Amino acid sequence: MVRLLKALGNWLDARLGFRETLLPMMRHPIPKAVEGPMGWWYVFGSASLTFFIIQVVTGIGLALVYVPSADQAYQTLLYLDYDQPLGWFLRALHYYAGSGMVVMLLVHMTQVFLQGAYKYPRELTWVLGVLLLLCTMGMFFSGQILRWDPDAYWGLAVAGAMAGRVPVIGPWVVHLLLGGEIIGADSLSRFFTLHVFVIPAALMFFLAVHLWLVLRCGVSAPPVPGQSVDPATYDAEYHEELKTGVPFLGDALLKDILFSSLAVIAVVAIAAVLGPKGPTGPPDPTLGGANPRPEWPFLWLFALLSLSPPAAETFIILVFPMIVILVLFLVPFFSNRGERAPSRRPVAVLAVIVAYTALGALTYQGATAPWSPAMTAWSGDPIPENMVQQSAPVELQGALVFQYKNCRNCHALEGSWHAHDAQPVDRPGQQRHARRRQHAGLRQTDEPARDDGAGRFSGEPAALGAAGGRGERPFPIREALMPGMSP
Amino acid sequence: MEPNSPTPPAETVTPTRRVFFRWLTGAVGAAAAAILGFPVVRYFLGVRERPAQWVTLGPLADFPPNETRMITFDNPLGQAWDGITARTGVFVRYEGQTEDSADQFRVLAVNCAHLGCPVSWFPQSGLFMCPCHGGVYYANGEHASGPPPRGLFHCVWRVQDGQLQVQAPHYPTLQDTLEDTA
Repeated sequence: MVRLLKALGNWLDARLGFRETLLPMMRHPIPKAVEGPMGWWYVFGSASLTFFIIQVVTGIGLALVYVPSADQAYQTLLYLDYDQPLGWFLRALHYYAGSGMVVMLLVHMTQVFLQGAYKYPRELTWVLGVLLLLCTMGMFFSGQILRWDPDAYWGLAVAGAMAGRVPVIGPWVVHLLLGGEIIGADSLSRFFTLHVFVIPAALMFFLAVHLWLVLRCGVSAPPVPGQSVDPATYDAEYHEELKTGVPFLGDALLKDILFSSLAVIAVVAIAAVLGPKGPTGPPDPTLGGANPRPEWPFLWLFALLSLSPPAAETFIILVFPMIVILVLFLVPFFSNRGERAPSRRPVAVLAVIVAYTALGALTYQGATAPWSPAMTAWSGDPIPENMVQQSAPVELQGALVFQYKNCRNCHALEGSWHAHDAQPVDRPGQQRHARRRQHAGLRQTDEPARDDGAGRFSGEPAALGAAGGRGERPFPIREALMPGMSP
Repeated sequence: MEPNSPTPPAETVTPTRRVFFRWLTGAVGAAAAAILGFPVVRYFLGVRERPAQWVTLGPLADFPPNETRMITFDNPLGQAWDGITARTGVFVRYEGQTEDSADQFRVLAVNCAHLGCPVSWFPQSGLFMCPCHGGVYYANGEHASGPPPRGLFHCVWRVQDGQLQVQAPHYPTLQDTLEDTA
């Protein structure tokens, strides 16, 4: 039997020639230090790969049942969750292994950046790594769309609105993205195609090149402070180092296998305990009370879009991501030589700290901040009469504006109307209010805004009495009133 | 011809033939790429155009003056297999008659002008509010507060045989509003 297998192996290898080509490649030496404790830093790339393989397997499993049709996708998801044996587990695993893949990619990338492993001659490996990160983010977004629930529907709406800001060709880009004039069947088919064919094909191609480069350029030695990279001499030094090296396909892989195994156990446990994510409800765009949130890798951008000044918004949507991606691509070209140890590269360490602090803070905001005030205490009640007694005529007009513009929805009234200190402003209240884009985001309580204790609003009522306060022409109340809201 | 060259003299004859076939191969290849490429690229980048379609929202009596209500219908701009996603809502407000007794309506798309999220109507406050980033609009659709760069998108409407009709709205964006299709 053994002899037969050996013969078969020999027959195959006589034709494939793996023993001469692939085997030496897999057994090529890598720096000895990787086998030591420093090797623990090298496990995150292989863990990303492990999660990716899980994604392929679970993805194929889900595609056996899922129907990418706008009128049936939701039912097939419910079927997976409740009827198909272990369908719920596969959906959960696909979500949490995907999340794990993003986490591992970020950790891997951070490690490579901090330890200067992207420097000569591994610039291209880094570039391919950035492409892999972009593909993974693309998979995450398109995957969320396939979960055909209100978050998916409104996620498409947000993507469409962003694309609509592209100068000149915006409408065409929106149509291309949505696949039609409305968000619906064509949009789902489109994102299914992206998620299942286009992005995975690109990802696997980039992955193959990335892995080829890892083999070809060799694994970088753990950084040693004071030992800097010089492209002129690096190759010879690395070659020298490999003379004491250990095989790539050998005990150095033990740590990778152990870490990946632990990561798999963790993800399986999380999937089993937390269960599948959604769908949260049928994708009915007429359902009220939708509160769409993007998936966690995009929450930072979601928060940024609410906190940014409106003038910068189109820039943040269209140009800013391009700059970030470009900077990531250019990292190894800014510095492909010099020190590799993080202890000698304070700027690199600072950049990582700043980037993660910003991402973390924005993600937290995106996850928790109710940008829109919770409307449990709105009040359309008229301004109490005793407040406007003894008010000057112009102040009364301000009170009317306050009434008809529904300011009490967010702003509390206390004290008497004329006691409100009129701050001089140079525009009618309505316009000033409109200029203040983040207005609604300021109030996040369930109750009406409180007076600040000084007999003034904590919001911005100053504009209301402004015209009178400055002795200018009375507030143009007729213009400010809404058509169809006659007193 | 260089001295001691191993090249046979035939070389001086073949280039014309070889050059011809190089050009021919290039030309046939380019033609194949073109007839393959044009339809395929057009298929991928093409945009389906559909004529404007009118949807009946209901008799005029359904709309009391100065009251905003959401009317839902299946959008005819979609596909037969859109399912529940074809459902579309618009906010309708009857604003009375003009001096020449023409009925005035205001029909607003639900999509926030900021990033397209669905705004909700709060009758007690008289405001539309967006759940995503806190955009606020007045009852007439004008921008009141928050990040939106403009007011809500207005649908094109008409009154036909005592029925309010609206032009089926596509997904509106800043450069492709609903008014343009009128």
